[in-house]
Amino acid sequence: MMSEKILYSLNAIFDTPDEISHAAEKIAEKGYKKFDVHTPYPVHGMDDAMRLAPSKLGYVALIFGLSGTLGALLSLWWVSAIDYPIVIGGKPLFSFPAYIPVMFEVTVLSASIATVLAMLFVFFKFPNNSHPLHGTGYMKKVSSDKYGISIQADDPKFNEEEIRKLFESLHASEIDLIFWDNEELNHKNKILEPKFLLFLLAAAVITSGTAYFSLNKLMFMVPFNWMMEQQKQNAQQKSLIFDDGFGMRQPVAGTVARGYMPYEFKGQPDLAGEKLVNPVPISKESLKIGQQKYDTFCSPCHGYHAEGDSRLRGQYPNPPTLHSDKVRKWSDGRIFAVLTDGQNIMPSYSTQLTVDEKWAVINYVRALQRALNAKESDLQ
Amino acid sequence: MSTGDYTKELSVIEGKPLLRDLDELISKPLETKPDKKFYIALSITLSMLGMLVIGLGLTFYYGIGMWGNNNPVGWAFGIVNFVFWVGIGHAGTLISAILFLFRQKWRTGIARFAEGMTIFAVFTAGLFPLIHVGRPWLGGYLFPYPNQHSLWVNFTSPLLWDVFAVSTYLTVSLIFWYVGLIPDLAILREKATSKIKKVIYSTFSLGWRFSNRHWQNYEMVYLILAGFATPLVLSVHTIVSFDFAVSIIPGWHTTIFPPYFVAGAVFSGFAMVQNVLIIVRKIFNYEHIITIDTLEKMNKIMLLTGSMVGYGYAMELFISWYSGVEAEQFTFLNRALGPYAWAYWTMITCNVISPQLFWFKKIRRAVPVMFVIAIFVNIGMWFERFVIIVTSLSRDFLPSSWAHFTPTYVDVMILIGSFGFFFTWILLFTKALPVVSMVEVKAVVDGAQPTHKEH
Ligand code: HEC
Repeated sequence: MMSEKILYSLNAIFDTPDEISHAAEKIAEKGYKKFDVHTPYPVHGMDDAMRLAPSKLGYVALIFGLSGTLGALLSLWWVSAIDYPIVIGGKPLFSFPAYIPVMFEVTVLSASIATVLAMLFVFFKFPNNSHPLHGTGYMKKVSSDKYGISIQADDPKFNEEEIRKLFESLHASEIDLIFWDNEELNHKNKILEPKFLLFLLAAAVITSGTAYFSLNKLMFMVPFNWMMEQQKQNAQQKSLIFDDGFGMRQPVAGTVARGYMPYEFKGQPDLAGEKLVNPVPISKESLKIGQQKYDTFCSPCHGYHAEGDSRLRGQYPNPPTLHSDKVRKWSDGRIFAVLTDGQNIMPSYSTQLTVDEKWAVINYVRALQRALNAKESDLQ
Repeated sequence: MSTGDYTKELSVIEGKPLLRDLDELISKPLETKPDKKFYIALSITLSMLGMLVIGLGLTFYYGIGMWGNNNPVGWAFGIVNFVFWVGIGHAGTLISAILFLFRQKWRTGIARFAEGMTIFAVFTAGLFPLIHVGRPWLGGYLFPYPNQHSLWVNFTSPLLWDVFAVSTYLTVSLIFWYVGLIPDLAILREKATSKIKKVIYSTFSLGWRFSNRHWQNYEMVYLILAGFATPLVLSVHTIVSFDFAVSIIPGWHTTIFPPYFVAGAVFSGFAMVQNVLIIVRKIFNYEHIITIDTLEKMNKIMLLTGSMVGYGYAMELFISWYSGVEAEQFTFLNRALGPYAWAYWTMITCNVISPQLFWFKKIRRAVPVMFVIAIFVNIGMWFERFVIIVTSLSRDFLPSSWAHFTPTYVDVMILIGSFGFFFTWILLFTKALPVVSMVEVKAVVDGAQPTHKEH
């Protein structure tokens, strides 16, 4: 425990703005560094009188403002052109003019928040209610209608007698010593106080409780659940309206779905092989579709490279390789017949693949065949 | 005042009050118990607020079908009220930021109050888009955040820009307001006698100690914030106007919308500030802080913005004729002569004709007259939004899809309730915080600044 009080500063009170400006000027001139002027409102010209360097907060605003702009631009670009590329209103995925409003708002928001936070918490080191000037008569006066100067005891030039004389010569109306508050100096912040821990616990329980209740219970209560239970027929539901009791209806007889033209050569694979011509040209796009469909539907049995190396580990009879002379000599139409009708234990793929997709798969199988049986001439 | 030396600045605060007396006067409402008048006023606004609560309860329980909205008038009172209240907010920022940049000292007496109004008006405005989605508890989806649906918002939509503009506006206004309040809260801290008040004011004034090393940075930040708030306030109503102008509905699809919306917003905002201030200065005896000169200056701004709005109406008519687009021409004839002609002519009378009375100095300085004109302006500006939104939607390109909009009792309850919501905030504000900035007013009292001397 300290019994002696430690001096913080010597303070003087002045009655008029002219006197304080003059005093500040003189004290700065004498070379004091750790002094401050306290006024109820900003007094014009005081920064010059005290010889303060210009405020640096402008740079904070500049840096955070520009990073806001750039950050907004980058995230808008990433969201709308990369992560979620959806064409809306015929605009290009990256439509810069449409980003300007949001970029502007983000700039203003980040610059304003950053500048104010920097001022309060970095420049001023607020909150600080334990400063020695707090709770003094001096503070009461300068908050209302007086003007004060305080020179800190840790200023290298601090000398009580000299400063007292200086203040008197400047017509100070009051001169006062201010000491550190021992209680505040010795006070230690304890984070692990039981009260604080209890508060944390209560906050955790309450927030998780409310979150759980509102997400898992409240949203399923009236009226929040009204959109979930709608008076409509869902797929696969029973229906009382139709005789057959099905909610879903069959298409009208003779309806042909897009991409599913009926197949004329059922049970006649050789005829199909003669008559059918592959209408899908070999192109990057069609090969890509073919690859995707092949990898999805065919590769489990025939293997990624169509070598008959199935991934089914004997759970299903191993299919033949598609690189056999037989298959390579087959026409596209003949393979089409296999995919459409199935062959022995290989099932039909008509319900999974559209006509065009089947042709694309065949193009891809051709590409695989050619890759595995490359000729000298293919290298050129 | 009228004669003589124009180089000398007129004082903005009448008389030469002692700084200490200013503190006393401004903090008096906070230190005295509310009187009967306050409770009467509060009970009125709370009853109106009750209507809002009931109206919203019905809306949430039964759905948006409780409103008069129909197809094609999908936007009606909800959006009219939204635009109206956002507009009201604009005066506050104009006074606190734009007039600050122009070094208009007369703003000091009214800035705090107007800023407070901005915040409450944006609160009120913010209600409407939220309730308009019908299920406001899902409103979080308006903000882009990485979610479990891996969906993102549409950044090219004006409605999304609105989300950003309004929320930025609210945040920046709040920050601006709070920064302005810190020194005042410190004054109150020094004056506080009860322990609880002392703790509250100490907490919120963060330990402000009137240091000039702080004032220097503080003034810098104030300048920066004003510099940002100025384009921000212009952007907000510009973006609100994009909600309409970017669409292709006749009567909406025009490039004049942004400036004309901003002028309208300032116009209605000033009218609202005028109305409320006239009452406040009377009740709290602030006549020499919020002087007749200040009110007159505000009337001049209303005259200016009112004339700009009038010019906007005229230009809309001219362009619709000059463009040769049939649908546009029809829309404007329909506004003036169709089923909503009464709304159109209410708008014209209130917005274009009534502010023209402010050309006369006598009227500019007559408090009761300006009070009435300001009310007219508010009515007119509400109807402006009604005319724009409802007439355009109810009769667009395809006559077969036209429909008339009639508000329901729920619509009316929510409209009245929004005023209750706003004024309840205002009333609580007058009792909770200093409605005039003590620091700013002290700084502009005669004799508060050093006399300029030659070095
Ligand atoms: C469920 C496993 C399985 C899948 C999946 C499968 N097949 Fe087959 N595939 C077989 C079997 C088994 C045979 C041999 C049938 C037989 O005994 O004639 C076969 C035969 C073939 C033949 C004839 C080969 C020959 O030598 O007679 C072709 C061509 C063929 N499949 C192509 C495909 C294509 C293309 C796909 C993808 C759409 C596919 N298969 C998907 C199991 C499968």
